[in-house]
Amino acid sequence: MTENKPIERRSPLYQLHEAAGAQFTDFAGWLMPVSYGSDLAEHHAVRTAAGIFDISHMAEIRVEGAEAAAFLDYALAGKMSSLSPMQAKYSLLLDEAAGIIDDLIVYRRGEVDFLVVANAGNHDPVVAELNSRSKGFEVSVVDESDLTALIAVQGPKAREILEATDGLSIVDGAQSLADLKYYWSTSADFKGEAVFVARTGYTGEDGFELYVGNAAAADLWKALLLAGEPLGLIPAGLASRDTLRLEAGMPLYGHELNRNVLPAQVGLAKVVHFTKEVDFVGRGAAEAGPKEGSRVLVGLASEGRRAGRAGYELYSGDQAVGEITSGALSPTLGHPIAMAMIDPLFAEIGSIVDIDVRGTRIPATVVPLPFYKREKN
Amino acid sequence: MAEKSEFKFTPEHEWLQVDGNTATVGITDYAAEKLGDVVYVDLPKVGSKIEAGKVVGEIESTKSVGELFAPVGGVVVESNSAVVETPELVNEDPFGAGWMIKVEVEDESQFDSPELMDEAAYKALVGE
Repeated sequence: MTENKPIERRSPLYQLHEAAGAQFTDFAGWLMPVSYGSDLAEHHAVRTAAGIFDISHMAEIRVEGAEAAAFLDYALAGKMSSLSPMQAKYSLLLDEAAGIIDDLIVYRRGEVDFLVVANAGNHDPVVAELNSRSKGFEVSVVDESDLTALIAVQGPKAREILEATDGLSIVDGAQSLADLKYYWSTSADFKGEAVFVARTGYTGEDGFELYVGNAAAADLWKALLLAGEPLGLIPAGLASRDTLRLEAGMPLYGHELNRNVLPAQVGLAKVVHFTKEVDFVGRGAAEAGPKEGSRVLVGLASEGRRAGRAGYELYSGDQAVGEITSGALSPTLGHPIAMAMIDPLFAEIGSIVDIDVRGTRIPATVVPLPFYKREKN
Repeated sequence: MAEKSEFKFTPEHEWLQVDGNTATVGITDYAAEKLGDVVYVDLPKVGSKIEAGKVVGEIESTKSVGELFAPVGGVVVESNSAVVETPELVNEDPFGAGWMIKVEVEDESQFDSPELMDEAAYKALVGE
């Protein structure tokens, strides 16, 4: 049998990244920028000014039809029918055992029109599950991933940058950027092309995600960068995106989330709508909850500069009590941070465990998540 | 800094600059770029004996951990405290201020090992 190695896919912005001297990495079969020189500088730019990310590898799935809301209420763990038009919600796609197939953002674009955004690495299972769960509903599930580019502008200067971008304007009657709340979206126009603008992100900062057709993506990227450069905007890659989301305590599929983890173990029970009047996939198992003694997600902080990394084990004395799911030296805080799955006995804030850092035990303290929270003005 | 043409390179993306029976060791610009911003460097103590091919130090970036291999066997006669205190020197100047250790060897024939490449061979290896 021959292995079916996925072809390396390229974003419509690939050539711009290459010209900018980006270093690339294979991410879920996509050749994406990991950094443009210094991942630390990119991280700090997002915290202090702004960064622009190409996340066109993300999967966009359009769900439309008279029963779109009812279908999503059944297919996903959250209650999508409660969203107002242009509102967004973080949600989960569960399997029957309440294992996490993917974490998603759902945008209600209209009364019967939703956009489901999934992780690139879960594109195939998410599309397959949504299709199979749609049977019996008056709804169409259309995979628009190949048509759609996604640009994120993240950081305290993000709004100012979008407002200064030549050719980008909010559609008449749509919500202005100034009035757009977190997890709400609006409609914009860029030189005749429709741009769907959402105040969402994966960095812990204020910011926007701009969905646009592939053909206009490069021009939009250039216009945003041109407007943003005087304000400190720089292109940022996946390396800084990872340290930013880690500081913000946001889970990453394949690290904190997977099929063997129930929402309640990773602090996401709040995303599951247990009082939903309709049935949804995974409900029974989610309600039953994880087995007693199952590991739970915590934040860990330690001193010095040696970080625990994904896969490193946690000990209390000789007893293995957990495992790190993501870890790095926090660029903002200056000390190592990690998320870890840990035995509930050690999950209390202030509890101290040892990280086995390649044979050296480094003590770490359980701390509340997120590690970093922006000051809201 | 000496001309790079005087350097020798290892398949583990380290460089050596030989002076008599002593070699200065660092990692290449290619390795530094692959690692990303270096935030932590752990080096062997001065006076410690190291064995060729063994891991003797660690170079961590925000995103990953790299190992420092001993390219030759000998005694560590100097260890770059500046790079331990200021790990970004590895990215800023990998062939100069970002050097790691100086190793004194008993057997200088190690420097002629076929494992060690000249600049042209190393460039070919990393596809430059």
